[in-house]
Amino acid sequence: MTVTPLLQISKLSKSFGGVQAVSQVSFDLNEGELLGVIGPNGSGKTTLVNLISRFVKPSSGKVIYKGRPIHSLPAYKIVRLGIARTFQMVRPFYQLPAYKNMIIPLFSPRVKGLVGGKYGDRDAVALDLLEEVGFERDAHVAYKIAGALPQGYLKRLELAKAIALEPDLIILDELFSGLSLAEVASIVPIIEKLRLQGKTIIMIEHRLKELFKIADRIIVMNYGEKIADGPSSEVMEQDEVKNAYLGTE
Amino acid sequence: MKKRKERIDRGIKVRSEDVFAVCSWREMLYLSSPRWLPVFIFLTLPLLLGPYWQKVMLSVAVFGLLAISWDILAQTGMISLGQALFFGMGAYCAGVMNHYFGISPFITLPLAAVAGGAISTLLLLPVLRLRGIYFSMVTLILPLMLVRVIEATKIFGGTEGLSGMTPLPSIWIEIYLIFGVLTAALFGFRRMLTSDFGLVLKGINDNDRSVTNAGINIYWFKIQALFIAGSVGAFAGAFMTHVYMFVGMPVFALDYSILPIAAAVVGGPGSLAGATLGACILVPLSEVLRGIGGLRIVFYGAFLVVFIVAIPEGLFHYAQRKYHQFERWVEVEK
Repeated sequence: MTVTPLLQISKLSKSFGGVQAVSQVSFDLNEGELLGVIGPNGSGKTTLVNLISRFVKPSSGKVIYKGRPIHSLPAYKIVRLGIARTFQMVRPFYQLPAYKNMIIPLFSPRVKGLVGGKYGDRDAVALDLLEEVGFERDAHVAYKIAGALPQGYLKRLELAKAIALEPDLIILDELFSGLSLAEVASIVPIIEKLRLQGKTIIMIEHRLKELFKIADRIIVMNYGEKIADGPSSEVMEQDEVKNAYLGTE
Repeated sequence: MKKRKERIDRGIKVRSEDVFAVCSWREMLYLSSPRWLPVFIFLTLPLLLGPYWQKVMLSVAVFGLLAISWDILAQTGMISLGQALFFGMGAYCAGVMNHYFGISPFITLPLAAVAGGAISTLLLLPVLRLRGIYFSMVTLILPLMLVRVIEATKIFGGTEGLSGMTPLPSIWIEIYLIFGVLTAALFGFRRMLTSDFGLVLKGINDNDRSVTNAGINIYWFKIQALFIAGSVGAFAGAFMTHVYMFVGMPVFALDYSILPIAAAVVGGPGSLAGATLGACILVPLSEVLRGIGGLRIVFYGAFLVVFIVAIPEGLFHYAQRKYHQFERWVEVEK
């Protein structure tokens, strides 16, 4: 019996004017898999995420999720189908306290649908979710205005907002960037826990060492094209990947 | 000896949170007086004023509603420079219904509020995707365009306007109706904005992509906010049509766009109470300055500038802070 992949990307392309940001990228993603996407700056990783989550409209190609084409749906409908993402540049609601930031994803039709319209005390659920990603319950951090939080907490908040949506596929766009080693070390278990819950994850990362420890498979991108696809130990051995990262002689 | 200013929460504020408020009269008063006081003033003030100032009070309430309407939109991230659109739309809806079909003011008022809100929303629908100054510019232009449309096509009385509208039965009904609506709008929408629905609206202002990323259709929420704000503004317009017994091109005038913004800024943007407070100050001030004659606008403008520089957070936020906290000078230890 063949298993249908959770997400199928075929020949996905996007050009901005004359710049080909993503070109003919195809890959499949199975349920429960953790896929790492790496590549030098400007190689089209974030555009790829924007194309999947439909924050950017593809020029051509298909995105099929659970057997259903989603590349022509608006962004909010894609979230409702169970694809949540975080942003490379964190996007909190700066004027609201951290836990109130969580109310908006909890208010989303997806969550309402999952719990049958009733959610009880959303504040309590918000605080629970924040505790899960490392906002200590006894401290006041969760009650602070998001604008006053340090980068590490904002990244966690971003992750918590994605988790709150109970997604099947989570796309993490450079979650580790700007974090200290200790902070990364404290977030990795959260991601591993998500995997244990059966979530499928796409991680875009520059922190290769940490990524290779947890990823099942790596895709390498360069100039908008996919140049390698396979287990982490294999892809880094390929000449094309070495050239992309280190340059040619 | 160096000194610094220390800001301390009043003990009573802490004690008045939650269920503890019912422990004593003092605490209950502390919590409820900011709510009851404006209602009490609105109820008693008309009894003490002469006919001229009663009319001024009608203006206060109308501009209060327009400022509330502006603030709801501003909190959703839509800065409107054209409150006159809502005002004029409501005014013409009520005028047409009353003039051509003879419908009673008590029916035209709610109908015009809904219809005016709906038509304004439809007009702004194509530009909902615009953000910031681009959206503002469209709102500024729309009422000015509508004036020319009326002038050129001569519909609804053209430049002459429509007159002979049925007035409301008495000044008392006018006053208590408009202030009833103002207080209902103030407290009702204030509650709405603190609910989860309001949180989404504020979220759109803060970061609309993040709201989309929660699976929420921001355009649907913007439409709802526009309709609510539009209806509030349209009610104000419809009301004035019946007060003046006339509707014409001046209802789309720039005054109805600018004064509500000034009121919201002076009172404290981001709070409906601030918007109302601003209207309560600016409209009577404008009347008082009438005696000065030509220099009226200069004084008015100077007052606005001084006010904004002195209390940039807005009068309401300032007063709220003073109510909940006190300040004292303490010596800095060496």
